[in-house]
Amino acid sequence: MSAKNSVSDALVITKRQLQQLIRVPEVLIFNTIQPVMFVLLFRYVFGGLGAGIPGGYVQLLMPGIFVQTVTFTLAATAQGLAQDMEKGLIDRFRSLPISRSAVVMGRTLGDGLLNIVVLVVMGVAGYIVGWRPTANGFHIFLGFLMLLFFGYALSWCGVFAGLISKDARVVANVSFLFTFPLTFLSNAFASTTTMPKPLQYFAEWNPVSTMVAAARQLFGFHNTFGVTAHSYPSEHPIVTSLFYMVLLMAIFMPLSVRRYKSANNRS
Amino acid sequence: MKSVIAENLVKTYRHGEVKALDGLSLDVEEGTILGVLGPNGAGKTTSVRVLSTLLVPDSGRATVGGIDVVKNPQGVREIIGLSGQYAALDETLSGWDNLVMFGRLYHLSGEQARVRAQELLEQFSLTDAARRPIKTFSGGMRRRLDLAASLIIRPKVLFLDEPTTGLDPRGRMDMWGVIKSLVSEGVTLLLTTQYLEEADQLADDIVVIDHGRVIARGTSDQLKNQVGGERLEVVVAQNELVSAQAIIERVTGAVASVDTGLRKISAPVLTGTNALIDVVREFDTASIRPLDLALKRPSLDDVFISITGHAAEETEVETTTHKSKKKGGKK
Repeated sequence: MSAKNSVSDALVITKRQLQQLIRVPEVLIFNTIQPVMFVLLFRYVFGGLGAGIPGGYVQLLMPGIFVQTVTFTLAATAQGLAQDMEKGLIDRFRSLPISRSAVVMGRTLGDGLLNIVVLVVMGVAGYIVGWRPTANGFHIFLGFLMLLFFGYALSWCGVFAGLISKDARVVANVSFLFTFPLTFLSNAFASTTTMPKPLQYFAEWNPVSTMVAAARQLFGFHNTFGVTAHSYPSEHPIVTSLFYMVLLMAIFMPLSVRRYKSANNRS
Repeated sequence: MKSVIAENLVKTYRHGEVKALDGLSLDVEEGTILGVLGPNGAGKTTSVRVLSTLLVPDSGRATVGGIDVVKNPQGVREIIGLSGQYAALDETLSGWDNLVMFGRLYHLSGEQARVRAQELLEQFSLTDAARRPIKTFSGGMRRRLDLAASLIIRPKVLFLDEPTTGLDPRGRMDMWGVIKSLVSEGVTLLLTTQYLEEADQLADDIVVIDHGRVIARGTSDQLKNQVGGERLEVVVAQNELVSAQAIIERVTGAVASVDTGLRKISAPVLTGTNALIDVVREFDTASIRPLDLALKRPSLDDVFISITGHAAEETEVETTTHKSKKKGGKK
């Protein structure tokens, strides 16, 4: 199996996902409406929390919601794969002479592309409600790139969850049960200093927090929601986040490919 | 030459608790159809999954087109087509998109994939529906498209796992037509089914499997002969059942089986139409008016029951009558 084939096989799978989006545009619409709704709700409900933040709450909120949104795509990845398993599509793919990584690679790539669209729409929505990054264009670009990469790394957890699950709806709900608290036990929406001590430690080391802090730094904001304990992750959010991403992928990429190879081996 | 060979395949689930395959061996001669016949849970799907490289057996050996399925699964995948029990297609995409996608995954160029998709859609009379999402297709159309997808590379060996399960009679007839036309093109086919009629209609050779092993093998005729020749079947009124049974047993010299629910008595006969004439004569003397009277060659259903002691279609209502027959008959 040549490397060229591996890539082109994966791209066929990605293309399939994009065709799905064209066939069922509702998916893309709801994928963007929900985060935009969060932007509006948080912006105007919690906007008052922003006393003392230069530029107001919305400046810190937007990176938080960006990270939350890409984190939530984990559930969509898991659900998509679990559905393919249920429909027997994974079996068919496995009976084809394609690279063993093609299907999972293609899926994560497709979810990554979807994230680009979602982030752009959210960025525009944020701008409309007053979000103004102060960093230069290159750093802002790096910020978004890192958000995408973070989402990509997480989607590998979703791939694995989808492949081990027996039911698409269950895996979507379970993924949500994990990702929802993860995004709130963080510095994404409020300062971690007001949390009980144990939660504070969790929030400091939470990959969501480090990613939010990294994004805030790259977008040019002072992260007043996290730098309390002077822990390593809150002092070096970019390095810590990159470490987390590499770690997640180092664990879940091989696990997922292995799982895909033996999928249904025990049914 | 044998296109498919399976030797002593064993596959257990849950640490040996469930034996899906228990030393299964079979082979398929090139250019022929082997029907693998068995009830639910007999190991039909598991054997197809092993032969199509989806499942690694615990022990045993299998080759497809001379290629070992465990040692070189990718080589096997390049020469097989697989169509499973459920149409494995992307439901949101159109038939056309699905076929082009699978064509690309078989490493056809974009142009080749489109040409092949068009050919297959025409061959399976799906051109009209080609641009519609699969979820709007009927069950029969889905199965045809699924079969089409498994034929993209003109596979040397085709595996069809219960191709007509769940289809209505018309869908089933259509599917049979399609499968028969494939056969005339010289495809080697392994087909599993729980429909005895289907194996009878389509297969050159039949293996009957139960509890993960082959319990009988032969052509449809051979299997039927194994059960014995013809059977006399008589349907009479409820109150005449006992006396009719006595007459039939006297004439045929065999033990008749009685289905009280259907009021049907049947018994093997060795003397053919002579037995029929004798029975009619005796009925006339006893003033029994049979509602139905026939001399039948055994169906594969009879074959199955005689080999396994239970009916093939566990889930169907007919089985319950068979069972109640056995119990009721003794009373």
